[in-house]
Amino acid sequence: MSAPGVTANEVAPEERRIHYLNWATTVKSWLLTLDHKRICILYLCTITFYFLVGAVAATLFRIELMTPQGDFLSAEIYNKMFTMHGVAMIFFFLVPSIPATLGNFLIPLMIGAKDVAFPRLNLLTWYLFSIGSLFALFAIINGGVDTGWTFYTPYSSTYANGHVIAATFGVFVAGFASILTGLNFIVTVHKMRAPGMTWFRLPLFIWAAYATSIIMVLGTPVIAITMLLIIAERGLGIGIFDPALGGDPVLFQHLFWFYSHPAVYIMILPGFGVISEVIACFCRKRVFGYEFIAFSSLAIAIIGFFVWGHHLFVSSQSVYAGLIFSFLTFFVGVPTAIKIFNWVATLYKGSVSFETPMLYALGFIGLFTVGGLTGLYLSTLAIDIHLHDTYFVVAHFHYVMVGGMVLAFLSGLHFWWPKMTGRIYNETAAKFASVIVFIGFNLTFFPQFIVGYLGMPRRYYEYPEQWQLLQLLSSAGASVLGFGFLMVLCYLPFSLVFGKRAGPNPWRAKGLEWEETTSPPIAHNFVKDPIVTEEAYAYTKGSRHV
Amino acid sequence: MSDAHSSPYLAHHFDDMEQQSQAASLGMWIFLAQEIMFFGGLFCGYAVYRLKFPEAFSAGSYSLAIGWGCFNTVVLIGSSLTMALAVRSAQLGRKAGIIKWLVITMFLGCVFLGVKVVEYSAKFEHNMIPGRHFEFHDDGKFVVAGHGDHSAAVGHDEPVHAEAGEPADHHAAEAAHGEPTEHAEPAGEDNGHGIVEINQGEVELFVGFYFMMTGMHALHMVIGVGLIIWLLVLTAKNRFATEYYTPIEMFGLYWHFVDIVWIFLFPLLYLIGRH
Amino acid sequence: MSDTEHHVCPVGLYLAIFGALMVFTLLTVGAAYLNMGVMNNVVMLGIAIVKAALVISIFMHLKYNPKILWVVAIGAFVWLGIMLALTLSDVMSRGWIPNQPASWL
Repeated sequence: MSAPGVTANEVAPEERRIHYLNWATTVKSWLLTLDHKRICILYLCTITFYFLVGAVAATLFRIELMTPQGDFLSAEIYNKMFTMHGVAMIFFFLVPSIPATLGNFLIPLMIGAKDVAFPRLNLLTWYLFSIGSLFALFAIINGGVDTGWTFYTPYSSTYANGHVIAATFGVFVAGFASILTGLNFIVTVHKMRAPGMTWFRLPLFIWAAYATSIIMVLGTPVIAITMLLIIAERGLGIGIFDPALGGDPVLFQHLFWFYSHPAVYIMILPGFGVISEVIACFCRKRVFGYEFIAFSSLAIAIIGFFVWGHHLFVSSQSVYAGLIFSFLTFFVGVPTAIKIFNWVATLYKGSVSFETPMLYALGFIGLFTVGGLTGLYLSTLAIDIHLHDTYFVVAHFHYVMVGGMVLAFLSGLHFWWPKMTGRIYNETAAKFASVIVFIGFNLTFFPQFIVGYLGMPRRYYEYPEQWQLLQLLSSAGASVLGFGFLMVLCYLPFSLVFGKRAGPNPWRAKGLEWEETTSPPIAHNFVKDPIVTEEAYAYTKGSRHV
Repeated sequence: MSDAHSSPYLAHHFDDMEQQSQAASLGMWIFLAQEIMFFGGLFCGYAVYRLKFPEAFSAGSYSLAIGWGCFNTVVLIGSSLTMALAVRSAQLGRKAGIIKWLVITMFLGCVFLGVKVVEYSAKFEHNMIPGRHFEFHDDGKFVVAGHGDHSAAVGHDEPVHAEAGEPADHHAAEAAHGEPTEHAEPAGEDNGHGIVEINQGEVELFVGFYFMMTGMHALHMVIGVGLIIWLLVLTAKNRFATEYYTPIEMFGLYWHFVDIVWIFLFPLLYLIGRH
Repeated sequence: MSDTEHHVCPVGLYLAIFGALMVFTLLTVGAAYLNMGVMNNVVMLGIAIVKAALVISIFMHLKYNPKILWVVAIGAFVWLGIMLALTLSDVMSRGWIPNQPASWL
């Protein structure tokens, strides 16, 4: 197997080619771009910044948790750190991540379109996202918020000090970026497919992005209005959630989680899409059960809206509602499991190779399965009484969000990096980093399952001595994980300058973005408008060595 | 066919006018779908509290001026008619018609907003504003529980409960106030004289929803009026034709949506507790 | 397809719909003054839904538009219904088990 890039595909005078990155290099051409590919790069820079913000917060509180006493951070600062970590990571990294970066870049390319349906709207979303994030950054810099990323009332609406209004307003504004991005993607997929690109010839990444967009459009407005209600209560004294007036703090939780649960599917579905693409390419095989994976994406999007009450099991929500939500939550695991089975089935008798994207994808399958299965424990009403608000929950969602989503994001970033940048990263460094990330991740979060099961609550900065070993292992793992991420943050930018230039299709993958465009693509994507005649993933046996 | 492909109104990333127009429609309807969910959050909160505190919500509704509510309903539905006629003029390429109907729509929208100002002022005068100084004045039908005198006199009654909804920008020292006062036992018992006892805090919740819901609606109308001005400018500059009037059509969808929100707001806010 | 997208309604139809909306408004106000118990809510919401349907199908041209738009419009209301139904299922069933300890149940 020859290394990617050093193949007959490499075209000699790459340095002189004009493409979407270099046809204009002024700041104005970037800040006023209507090109979906450039908007991807803009988002990539912004979300990487907020990933680092969240990572710094995590570093600080992981240092605190190395010792049972509260000695490194004060209680208030500790609360602010985990709040900042959650807000930055969820709203300003994970929710936009794949849709706003890879989605923006790939959707038009994969369907054979020149751009998304509403290019100006697309640019507007980046500005909305950035402006919203600045409000949150303002809150962070000016003393922080200590309510937790969940902003539960009446603490957030009445008693909390700190810039709750700024933080919630930031979430509100950034939410509209999400809504409009989803709107754009849905219309693009419906209306702008190339001739011959029928629904069932679409890459599964498109199905995943489409399902994600449905959730974005239907769910995000609810958190938008909920944030406004918090602002109204704090700023205008309109006591919607104030118990003294008869207000119900649990109403806030209903409204909040009506979005925030589907939000986790916003976060993970695009990752599923990436995994389908990567697995197909590195098994040289059509994904097993294409239609099942396509429909399961839609099923997850729909069923995901029926289950939010599993976050309210111990909130004084009625036990009858709890029963309904618990029952429905079990259903949402079924389409997800179908995907995992199908990916594994794709591996069977596939021509498997282990480049970096594939390593991340395989890691995803294992880690996401662990995270998903532990979710079943939490959706069981009786067990959740014991596990709610413990480290078990923290470990569960980090397994799905980091072990799942972040690994999928890295997989996709590495897979499409040659296409987006025209460069190949250092494969050795990348493989090494992926192993470090995998080891560091498990070392960080597996002990948290144990300590949570033993009863340690989350969001506490002090804990009984007997749990110190587990917390120490977790903090140690976090430094390994952090080192792995830092490696990625080094060799990827390094490749932009020093990496080998990539040919149009270094992985010899199927798909319009690989077969009909250059690396990087020209500004208008395709030299001639593509016409689709084959099914998706039309890999032939033994095609690796062709 | 060739016209559709080379029309001056065609954006470069679309193949023909039909695709562009359909994309715009689908996009606008999806936007309205998310608006339904946006207002929906308010309706959900309203529904929860209405079911918990029916008498207080009746009292709050009774305090609204049904005359103004009806008038505004007629005005807004009328503006929907004139907006539909504006879109129709655009379809027929009648520039004068577009301008005439858009101006009338805008006028009706402003009338609606003017009435809201009147209504809000009335609320301000009677201190029926959510917050520290909220007061509900006993009227002939609804009386705040615990008020001794149930005569029909419009007295200046003291609010029943101590203020617990203080704006939270105070520092930690004041957190001691944080104990929420005991929420008074749900009242609402008809005390036998045809007078319903209600809890003032719960009425304050209703009034809070009244302001949030009609306020959000009014904000959407203000944005709408601004957009009409923009459309008038574009129309005057001859930017529309029979083959391209999409902005007018899309705005029409938005305006009708705002009307539909009011169609639900009016009965839910103004028409409970009238019997 | 393109003809249905840009279907021009006659003015008379718009006026008729406006008239119907006025009639329904009168009905809903009138009904508010009658004491029909829980039917008050049913009537009120029912009339509002009918009025909304008239505005959506004629003023907003949905009747003459491709079915995908119907899916979007109806889907939004269904989703709102999901939020309302499940939230209210909690609120309304909280008091069903008497003598519960005040803690989490």
